[in-house]
Amino acid sequence: MLKKKVNLLWLVALAIALFVPNIITNPAYRQIAVITLIFTACATSWNMFSGYSGYVALGSAAFYGTGAYTMALLSLHLHVHAGGDMFWLVPVGGLAAMLMAIPIGLIALRVRRHTFVVITIAIFFVFQLAAINFGFTGGTGGLTLPYIPWMIQSYHVPFYYVALTMLVFAIALSASVRRSRFGLQLLAIRDDEDRALGLGVKVFPVKLTGFAMSAFTIGMGGALYAMMQGQIYPQFVFDPIFDISIALMAFFGGFGTLLGPILGGLVLESSQQYLTVTYSNGSLYLILFGVLFLLVVLFMPQGIVVFIRDWWAKRQDRLAAANEAVGAQGGNS
Amino acid sequence: MTTLLSAQGISKHFGGVNALNLCSLDVEKGSITGLIGPNGSGKTTLFNVITGYVKPDTGTVTFDGRDITNARPDKVFALGVGRTFQLTRIFARITVLENMLVATQREESWLRGLTRSMSSKSELDSAMEWLDFVGIARLAKLPAGSLSYGQRKLLELAYVLVADPDVVLLDEPAGGVNLTLINVISEKIRALNKEGKTFLIVEHNMEFVMNLCDAVTVMHQGTNLVSGSPTEVRNNPLVLDAYLGGGEEEDATEEVANG
Repeated sequence: MLKKKVNLLWLVALAIALFVPNIITNPAYRQIAVITLIFTACATSWNMFSGYSGYVALGSAAFYGTGAYTMALLSLHLHVHAGGDMFWLVPVGGLAAMLMAIPIGLIALRVRRHTFVVITIAIFFVFQLAAINFGFTGGTGGLTLPYIPWMIQSYHVPFYYVALTMLVFAIALSASVRRSRFGLQLLAIRDDEDRALGLGVKVFPVKLTGFAMSAFTIGMGGALYAMMQGQIYPQFVFDPIFDISIALMAFFGGFGTLLGPILGGLVLESSQQYLTVTYSNGSLYLILFGVLFLLVVLFMPQGIVVFIRDWWAKRQDRLAAANEAVGAQGGNS
Repeated sequence: MTTLLSAQGISKHFGGVNALNLCSLDVEKGSITGLIGPNGSGKTTLFNVITGYVKPDTGTVTFDGRDITNARPDKVFALGVGRTFQLTRIFARITVLENMLVATQREESWLRGLTRSMSSKSELDSAMEWLDFVGIARLAKLPAGSLSYGQRKLLELAYVLVADPDVVLLDEPAGGVNLTLINVISEKIRALNKEGKTFLIVEHNMEFVMNLCDAVTVMHQGTNLVSGSPTEVRNNPLVLDAYLGGGEEEDATEEVANG
């Protein structure tokens, strides 16, 4: 009964999402919508590994950038027809990021907690420096992708639907991982990795698989972003703010929950983009976010989703207890 | 009687400390073997070596005729050696039932986990059966972190058993647990032993060990001092020396029993 209701809610949300380009017609706001979907998909995917396993990775921009450069380089060198055909390179960007995640994971996943966080940050900077210094990446000048001759008014609509598909994919993957044995193993690793090992969980292969799977969607996000922008620079696709943003989205909404990063991504990224566009002030959002995060960390340290869930459960308990008390009184009299 | 689990000539140094020094231990198939000794005598380190958490400097561990020295913990578990920890370790933020399910598939390949759901009907049933066996089935849907210390001990016992290991290593199953629960645990161990399960138990509660075990090995300063039946061990002067550094026998027995 409850399950049916939840499924219905997902369908309603999807139906609304499908009509967003009809409601928002201003290209600037449509672009905000696309970027919001890309970030939400990335946050969901990041949470699928980091949230479930407890391995907080702060170098995911390495995968985002890998996807973006894969899109740029392949579309330039393969002479792909500028336009809809380039969408086929989006999953290729995801695959490139996934392949990149394997050696990174082999190094970084040997260590835990703070050391893991620091190593992922270090690896991210290696990628950024490489993009700036290698010749084939265009250096600091970045790369210009083939020009897509679409009407400015409707330019973002196809990107919107591809980004929405990506988000649905990320959510479906995260949900099915949560329900699988593999997801259970990730959760066990989060709670006590050594104990999990002693119960037959092959922790290293499990961690590596999760890490690479989460890199796939993030790489697709980078590829789609590059295609939409038509121009990429190393400091914007290998951006440390990206690392922090997707982690904060997950923490804001609820670290390790399915809904958390979706909520966090939709709220934070859209408001950030909106503030930036409306007040043409790139750092105003940083101040507002600072305040918001302080409030969340102080009053809802586990994120909004968990806070509401707990509040709801407590309320149900209270109601049940009250009913029981009434019932008991009735029985006595 | 055949030897199921055997550690021969195990040494392990941590820096300058000899945690284990040519220690040997045999566990007969179908027995309940006790492992006792003063604090710091190397019991837990020996457990860690047997289950693959610590690599020994010298010596070999064999299980059911196979050399498992230096095998990783997941491998050791997959072969059929389960263990609990002295400081109870459970997965606090998933439910009691999910805790059980983590251990159900000890020999499954890691890729299989991606394509299958969290549990099959038969796994769920056996998980619930074992929870029922230790008496915490009604807590199945609660987060494991909300269990009391005693309940955690029972859960840890249950999820090691759900994978049906041939030998179970228990590190202080009666530590910090009230008397009623000690009796429950000891009853469960005896019942399982009747069905053929082998146990190796580290425990400081002498009454518990002496009542339950068929054979007892006493460790002292990283090596095995004496092995024999509980009565033999109880009356061995070397054992009293180890615990108390010498003294009157009667006082000593009492001290040991309380400690």
